[in-house]
Amino acid sequence: MFSRDQWQEIFETIRKNKLRTILSGFTVALGIFIFIILFGFGNGLKNSFEQFFLDDATNTLWLYPGVTSKAYQGFKDNRRIEFENSDLIDIQENFTFFLENITPRINRREVLSYKGQSNIYNIRAVAPDHQYVEKTIIMKGRFINQKDIDERTKNITIGRLVAQDIFKKEDPVGKYIEMGESAFKVVGVFQDKSGDREERLVYLPYTTRQLMEKNNDKIDQIIVSFKPELGYVGALAFEKQLGDFFKSKKVIDPTDKSGLYIRNTTERVRQNQRFASTLQIIVAFVGIGTLIAGIIGISNIMVFVVNERTKELGVRKALGATPISIVAMILNESIFITTLSGIFGLLTGIFMLSRMDDQLEQYFILDPYVDSLTALIATFLLIFFGAIAGYIPAKRAASIKPIVALRDE
Amino acid sequence: MIQISNLHKSYKMGSNSLHVLKGINFKIDEGELVAIMGSSGSGKSTLLNILGMLDIADEGNYLLDNVLIKDLTETTAANYRNRFLGFVFQSFNLINYKNALENVALPLYYQGLRRKIRQQKALEYLKKVGLLNWAKHLPSELSGGQKQRVAIARAMASEPKVLLADEPTGALDSNTSREVMSLIQKINDEGKTILVVTHEIDIAKMCKRIITLKDGVIVEDKKTDQILL
Repeated sequence: MFSRDQWQEIFETIRKNKLRTILSGFTVALGIFIFIILFGFGNGLKNSFEQFFLDDATNTLWLYPGVTSKAYQGFKDNRRIEFENSDLIDIQENFTFFLENITPRINRREVLSYKGQSNIYNIRAVAPDHQYVEKTIIMKGRFINQKDIDERTKNITIGRLVAQDIFKKEDPVGKYIEMGESAFKVVGVFQDKSGDREERLVYLPYTTRQLMEKNNDKIDQIIVSFKPELGYVGALAFEKQLGDFFKSKKVIDPTDKSGLYIRNTTERVRQNQRFASTLQIIVAFVGIGTLIAGIIGISNIMVFVVNERTKELGVRKALGATPISIVAMILNESIFITTLSGIFGLLTGIFMLSRMDDQLEQYFILDPYVDSLTALIATFLLIFFGAIAGYIPAKRAASIKPIVALRDE
Repeated sequence: MIQISNLHKSYKMGSNSLHVLKGINFKIDEGELVAIMGSSGSGKSTLLNILGMLDIADEGNYLLDNVLIKDLTETTAANYRNRFLGFVFQSFNLINYKNALENVALPLYYQGLRRKIRQQKALEYLKKVGLLNWAKHLPSELSGGQKQRVAIARAMASEPKVLLADEPTGALDSNTSREVMSLIQKINDEGKTILVVTHEIDIAKMCKRIITLKDGVIVEDKKTDQILL
């Protein structure tokens, strides 16, 4: 079936029927090319989306103290609620089942100076778990650790942009920065994908901050993350129980909406994930649609090609071509053309995508790509269906009586 | 060479069936040049198609070189056509994207001969029909007579036992018709058995024997004084 002679015959036919060859080759190449580009763009959109929304940990609850709006159990309204260290311990003790990470946060703004240069920065006093909640990435050194908390050390971890501002090209780790009255040792540099603002931050042990503020035990906010396997319903249950617990501990009217705020990222995450999966479906739909269009295109051309050749096939049969040799000829020809042009379209598409890289970032298409498996499967499908599309009319043409085929004008 | 007995063929035309061949009997010996005459609708083309295994008879026996041609699969029929028969059609039926040489070489390709031998043989037969210098020309660059000569070369190239020509001069003017018939006579002189279907008595008279068909039966079968060209 694949003798050298037969290939010679096929090449000859291909060479001498350029229009037909180009037509069917072009359809396949274009189909694959468009598929790669669209699918790649879809993936690019998804990349942008993930970068925008899916950076912070998605399984977190944020607790903010508020001001009561109702009098309750002997307390007047308009009472300011405050969090303190015991609240952290209470959560850890009572919600072990739900809890993954917990960290307080105390936000301040302070002037940092180094070698006569000064600048104002946001300083966040936190616990080590904060690193996981905010998905902070350590570039050098380390994050605040438990020893820092226990010993109330004067260690800080600074953002990439802080390091750039203050130390220029110097290595910041191990250097001392002045903050207020005292000098703090830089133990690490971090980066954060959420953007510049997050990288112009300084992290400090929260116990150290409390020591600096007259050794109090106050906390601005508490961030807890729960085990992701709890899912949406578990997260809501956790939120409810946590709210009830704090309202009872801080003696807030259960119906008071302003004494305590809990922000649950789950709902947002759910929406984002729904959006992401919709995006995925659209991408898949576009991809499959393009492929089907390509398959229909190549099928049409194959039907047309075989029809056009009916008479030639009749002549060949009169001269002694067997039905199998007719089918083999048409199939080999079509598979050869579709494979070659399919690979051409594939490579062109991948080349274009890699050239684009992040040039389309302003249109929210970031690093468009197609994984090689998808690309190969798509190409294979098109070739396969091209072959089937060729086989059916070829089979029919091969079984037409030569006399009928010869009469075809 | 060819022996036919009680051949019947009808075509279904909707609910009617058209009885085209109503019991044909004849015997053709090796080296004969036979014209099958008849007006259109007499069944002569159907007869030729059955002889050429392009069509199948409903009833009757057909012996070709003592081989019974019956219930052939498509593949066997293709092999027999390739080995036993050469076709010449009214409309030439050359493959338009192949040049004269490639057209002539095509049946040899289906015989499974090697490329070099195919080329050699094809050139030899092109030379025989006087078109050696036109080997590289496409059919569209040839005149009607030349096309038919290429078709004859193609039919001869596979060295068939019988040459079947269906109105070989039907699309040609009288001068080129004579050229083509002269070529057919020459091939016959070399010993080839040839059947020519025609409706023109002039053409029929250039053969050695005339079988006349009318309404699906043989009305006359006689030797004739061949007009040599």
